Amino acid sequence: MRRIISVLIENAPGALSRVVGLFSQRGYNIESLTVAPTEDETLSRLTLTTLGDEHKIEQITKHLNKLIDVVKLVDLTEGAHIERELMLIKVKASGAQRAEVKRCVDIFRGQIVDVTSSLYIIQITGTSDKLDAFLQAVGEAAILETVRTGVSGISRGEKILSL
Amino acid sequence: MEMLSGGDMLIRSLRDEGVEFVFGYPGGAALHIYDALFRQQDVKHILVRHEQAATHAADGYARTTGKVGTVLVTSGPGATNAITGIATAYMDSIPMVVISGQVASDKIGEDAFQETDMVGVSRPIVKHSFMVKHASEIPEIVKKAYYIASSGRPGPVVIDVPKDITSPAETFPYEYPKTVKIRSYTPATRGHTGQIKKAVQLLLGAKRPVIYAGGGVVQGNGSELLTELARKLNYPVTNTLMGLGCYPGTDRQFLGMLGMHGTFEANTAMHHCDVLLAVGARFDDRVTNTVSKFCPSAKIIHIDIDPATIAKTVVADVPIVGSVESVLTEMLALVKADDKTPDADALSAWWKQIDEWRDRHGLYTKPRYRTDGDAIMPQDVIRTLHEVTKGDAYITSDVGQHQMFAAQYYLFDKPRRWINSGGLGTMGFGLPAAMGVQIAERDAVVACVTGEGSIQMCIQELSTCTQYHLPIKIICLNNQALGMVKQWQDMQYDSRYSESLYEESLPDFVKLMESYGHVGMRVTDKKDLKAKMEECFAMTDRVVFMDIMVDPTEHVYPMHVAPDGSMRDMWLSKTERT
Repeated sequence: MRRIISVLIENAPGALSRVVGLFSQRGYNIESLTVAPTEDETLSRLTLTTLGDEHKIEQITKHLNKLIDVVKLVDLTEGAHIERELMLIKVKASGAQRAEVKRCVDIFRGQIVDVTSSLYIIQITGTSDKLDAFLQAVGEAAILETVRTGVSGISRGEKILSL
Repeated sequence: MEMLSGGDMLIRSLRDEGVEFVFGYPGGAALHIYDALFRQQDVKHILVRHEQAATHAADGYARTTGKVGTVLVTSGPGATNAITGIATAYMDSIPMVVISGQVASDKIGEDAFQETDMVGVSRPIVKHSFMVKHASEIPEIVKKAYYIASSGRPGPVVIDVPKDITSPAETFPYEYPKTVKIRSYTPATRGHTGQIKKAVQLLLGAKRPVIYAGGGVVQGNGSELLTELARKLNYPVTNTLMGLGCYPGTDRQFLGMLGMHGTFEANTAMHHCDVLLAVGARFDDRVTNTVSKFCPSAKIIHIDIDPATIAKTVVADVPIVGSVESVLTEMLALVKADDKTPDADALSAWWKQIDEWRDRHGLYTKPRYRTDGDAIMPQDVIRTLHEVTKGDAYITSDVGQHQMFAAQYYLFDKPRRWINSGGLGTMGFGLPAAMGVQIAERDAVVACVTGEGSIQMCIQELSTCTQYHLPIKIICLNNQALGMVKQWQDMQYDSRYSESLYEESLPDFVKLMESYGHVGMRVTDKKDLKAKMEECFAMTDRVVFMDIMVDPTEHVYPMHVAPDGSMRDMWLSKTERT
């Protein structure tokens, strides 16, 4: 099962490497990882997606909690939540293709953020599924380059992950 | 406020933390710190001959005293040599602080002379680590390091200190913090009261109970409580390799060690039990055999201070996260207050069954090894050692057959007497660990049970024993081979002894001892064993090495049948299995 785990860690040197190291050391998977400081500069917020059954996810969260640098964490997928990922994609766009790509971007509510005579750079946000669907829609042949930020997420409603 | 340099601050912080001994080895990046050590008397330094030994000695010291062991090494090779000992401490949850010198801050990352990324190299085998960025941080980092190392589930903590930080050129105001708080670290203390009540009800309703106690009981100072609880209930107790001594080994209720080389009665009772109380144990693969076949009819209560240990391999019916001491105290009070008592008839039938198992194949009802030949049997060496030391010595061991024989036959009646590398299985651990024990307990009898293979992995420490007058007794079960490797090769590889034989290349240990100023004895005749061992332990102020030529063909039994075996599937001898 795919899980999104959101972690508050000390914004200290080496903290990130401890988290990443834990995953490789214990044979867990990281599908995506995104991290940046929060409004409280002493903390960073890290969102990672991983795959595993309930037993594995329980072990992952327990071991993450054991890391001294980890302040708090939540498995967002346990409740209602919002997840977003941003993708930048460079595609071929010449001739008839140009209009077709533009239509596709509109359907997925993306934006064209750079243009040359032969290509577009498109920015698109949404769930990972939506981004995957867009890639499929555009077609492999047109894609020159993609870059994705990895998943970020937050709980819906009153639930707050803070100190 | 007093002004101190970084180096002085570091040593003063150790003093103010109550550190008496530091085990270490100097080198370039640590020289400011060593100079600070030189200029004071409170913190004593023990100079080892290899950094690995510094960590094992600090580890032995920690296991004996329950205090944090302290290590000081230099950067690069000094730091990497310490790695095996840090990993050893990590696997057995031993409180340890390792201070490593580092190249100067402005040289870090430049592949400077003797530079290693110690924080990076040690990351998977430490509880936490610090890199000091400024001298003024030293007191707080030291305080935090000792707090983290010794609280919750203990473990090693590394403090990496760049050379410029300890420079005598600059001084800073020094004050050692009285307390420390880490917002992201709140180790469990008390267990959940509801869970403890549930556990007690389950325990009192048991018909075939077993108490399975591990190293956490030793480390968490829970031995007396566990013993009281077990006696109050009259339930059988088995110990893991790490837990030996936490319940008296010579007591009637003790079934012996469990696991791969556990006794027939302990492993069989585990398999048939209906309620299992696991205390400070982690269901290690060397205990459970095939997990899916483990204790098929048992309801499991699991007490551990580390939540990640609960349900890691075996799922507990009643998990309790908390310190062994506080949980057992609460359990004991509830058991005493409860009107319900264990079912006497069921319990007496259970004991009758256990006694029948003991009679059939038990290790302590009669010898289960050959006693009629001329060869010295390794089991007899350990039994003689127990007899000569009246079962009251501190025993360290290395890793292999001798370790298992010691675990099986030296029946430990007290905790913190059996010092061995259970988790990592580090050959070379025994002698330096014994040094740490002897430094903590100057007047105690300390013996290192070893083999001619293991002892050569840290044999350089014989010199340290000379320097600090550490009269350790080394009991070497010499079978002229890597015994445990050879045993596996006998059992699984048709006796193809790939690289497990020494082919006449062993040193003359007696002469080697003499060159260090110690005493060497060789025992080749069974008849001399006891007299020579008495002679050995009579030399209370000398290091004595007993090179005992034991039967090279002997195997350790029982041994779990693997793969796919359950707890009760064991080889009982070379030809007989359950």
